[in-house]
Amino acid sequence: MAERKGGAGRVAITGIGMITSLGRGVDANWPRLLAGDSGIHEITRFSTEGLRTKIAGTVDDLELETANMPAISYAMADMAVAEAVGQSGFGDDGVFPGDLFVAAPPIEHDWMARQFLAEHCSPGETSPYARRPIDTPDGAYFSYHEDFMNGTLADRLAENYGCSGSPITLTTACASGASAIQLGVEAVRRGERPAALCVGTDGSINEETLIRFALLSALSTKNDPPEKAARPFSKNRDGFVMAEGAAALVLEDPEHAKARGATILAYLLGCGEAADTFHRTRSNPNGRAIIRCIRGAIDDAGLSPTDIDYINAHGTGTSENDKMEHFGISEVFGDHKASLAVSSNKSMLGHTLTAAGAVEAVITVKTLADGILPPTINYDEPDPAIELDVVPNQARKQQATFALSNSFGFGGQNVSLLIGHPDA
Amino acid sequence: MTGSEPSRRVCITGAGLVSPIGGDAESRWAALGDGAGRPARVDHETYAPFFTYPIGDFDPSVQIPKPGDQRAMGPMMLYGVHAAGVALEQAGIKGEEALLEQTHMIVAAGGGERDWSLDEQIVKGLPGANDKGAYLNREMADGLRPTLFLAQLPNLFAGNISIVHGVSGSSRTFMGEESAGIDALRIAFDKIEAGQGDIFLVGAGFNAERPDLHLMYHAAGLLLRDDYAGLWHRPDAGICLGSAGAFLVLESEQSAAERGARVLGRLSAVESDRTRRVPGAAKATASGQFGRIKASMGDGGVGILSGACGSGTITAEEKGFLESVLHERPDAVVRGTGEAVGHAVEAAFLQNIILGLDCLERSRMFPPLATDEPLEADADDREVNQILVTGWGHLKGEGMALLEKADG
Repeated sequence: MAERKGGAGRVAITGIGMITSLGRGVDANWPRLLAGDSGIHEITRFSTEGLRTKIAGTVDDLELETANMPAISYAMADMAVAEAVGQSGFGDDGVFPGDLFVAAPPIEHDWMARQFLAEHCSPGETSPYARRPIDTPDGAYFSYHEDFMNGTLADRLAENYGCSGSPITLTTACASGASAIQLGVEAVRRGERPAALCVGTDGSINEETLIRFALLSALSTKNDPPEKAARPFSKNRDGFVMAEGAAALVLEDPEHAKARGATILAYLLGCGEAADTFHRTRSNPNGRAIIRCIRGAIDDAGLSPTDIDYINAHGTGTSENDKMEHFGISEVFGDHKASLAVSSNKSMLGHTLTAAGAVEAVITVKTLADGILPPTINYDEPDPAIELDVVPNQARKQQATFALSNSFGFGGQNVSLLIGHPDA
Repeated sequence: MTGSEPSRRVCITGAGLVSPIGGDAESRWAALGDGAGRPARVDHETYAPFFTYPIGDFDPSVQIPKPGDQRAMGPMMLYGVHAAGVALEQAGIKGEEALLEQTHMIVAAGGGERDWSLDEQIVKGLPGANDKGAYLNREMADGLRPTLFLAQLPNLFAGNISIVHGVSGSSRTFMGEESAGIDALRIAFDKIEAGQGDIFLVGAGFNAERPDLHLMYHAAGLLLRDDYAGLWHRPDAGICLGSAGAFLVLESEQSAAERGARVLGRLSAVESDRTRRVPGAAKATASGQFGRIKASMGDGGVGILSGACGSGTITAEEKGFLESVLHERPDAVVRGTGEAVGHAVEAAFLQNIILGLDCLERSRMFPPLATDEPLEADADDREVNQILVTGWGHLKGEGMALLEKADG
């Protein structure tokens, strides 16, 4: 048998799970993505009085006692992991004998917690930081510590699913989900354990995070109608829309997966990454890091640019990102760009931030498996400076074999994943 | 671990540390030898009734010359970006663009500093506001400064290292308190051994001088207060937070040899695990780690640097573990560094790796820090050529690493 393309370091994907503003589970999300539905809506979790952006893709129906950032992020991660691990059929008796890599939002006390502690830790004080906690019984508010530690979410997942080793919690901003997958690919390739569980989750929408991004002029203010706000690659795009969600993937050594008769949904063939040294929120106009990142993924897979059929774009809908992503694609693919389809899930889901790289990897797996490309919706006014086939507004039946999924983050962190069809 | 290809063995070729005991190797060694100066370093006023170890003297303009860059960071990032510059310079990588493009970065960090006066102002005004949501939105939209909240994003720590020092191979930020620092080292170590990269910049930063963190740790009743007590004899409320920035350059032996880089020490093993913290579980995990590591330990003198956090129950368990190691290796010399530098959470483990390099450089341990505790015996002039570093998280995670003298 002739050697398969991209054979050297391939890692099998044997389970996927996701939850977004469009629904719970891959099967709930996928038809809605193909229908071009939007999960963006008016924010009801907190007051948007006085704010310029009043919309987001929040996930609201989780029935949590306290709907704060760690609780929402954990609940969504737990659902996505249950789905992915269940599908993979790997492990038993609640033990998933593989590594755990979790992309999660940085956690800190929210205003609810800060005010509670101000009132309860420091009687008579109105300052949250008053340093006279004499009447506080030690440990009475333990959950206000543990729930807000950055490592707790992954620790609870590791306990719940019986993962091996020390779980890793990571952030590379908007590339985090892809970084979690990359760490998993590397771990499986090293062969320390046969599988890894890679998770991206983000339930971080609150007053403060929304205002922070708004102050960076990063968010769309086209509040009405909400579903039309996210406009990647359009001339009238005006920023991204914050959103929540989680996704999980089970990565596995291909021989191990075959030996136990698992269904291989797709292969992770290559990963590329590069850090930009230019600016804290902008990419270097020379696009060097983006180019190195995309090339890195293609090289790592042992493929060439002309092998690629489809790109699941970072495509945030900010002026800067879409321009730079187009530039990077043009540089790497040259003439082949005309044969590429490039679409942005964020036109429908918004930007799930820390989770986005994982969410979009799961969608890319479905894209390859079902032979249908999800659309870029709200593409009514093409940007003439961006010459791409963005799969405008309607999903398209087209069988892709090799797909790239791009994730580019604030702070200059860039990751591209190369995912291949199971028969490729 | 032993058995790996010699060319894939892991060396340390650069180390940078700013800590409560100073900004360079000479001042910290002098401070470690001078136990009498210790209480003076502990700040019991600024965050009374708690104790903190403020950062020692260092000049950030040496490694971060542009004032604009310095303004873009809070203290945590400043400590770390400075330490990263020191490590890169020592490794001979600083300013070498071709090498920087191959240098992979793994940074352990939590969130950066908040605007505490804005927090206090908002919490004061919130109960009396008619429309609480509108009040909160207005106060934050008016009060938050973009430069400050960029400094709050943990991944901007690595981003700042890329911008200031030009490290561009890759950039990953691990979160998750003590384990983040241990796992940063473990992943870099595993990747070098497996041939997934040759040069890694690994580090962490922690700023103890933050009222929000004191509130966070106090909520769980974890901070030592009122009366100072030695590290090994504290109640559960026994942590003194300490500031630090600690960075290492890790490199494959082949890469270091080809570049002619000076090897400061060899990293022979890094172990990292988690367990559900029922009594005895962390000790059992650490015993397993030691069981795997001791096979690759030589006969030479052993120093043990413990990063025990000071919280009574878990620190007592760690003490029990260290006593069991001493039972096997009666020649080993134990030091709990928390007494000298406080607990630097994400940066604690990496700080101890660098203090371990300091010991290896001199082939001996510094004097006992806890003079009232038999665990820390006087080392006389015992020669030491391998250092075991242990680090247990205050809530979770147990780590261990073995450092060996480069020419050993």
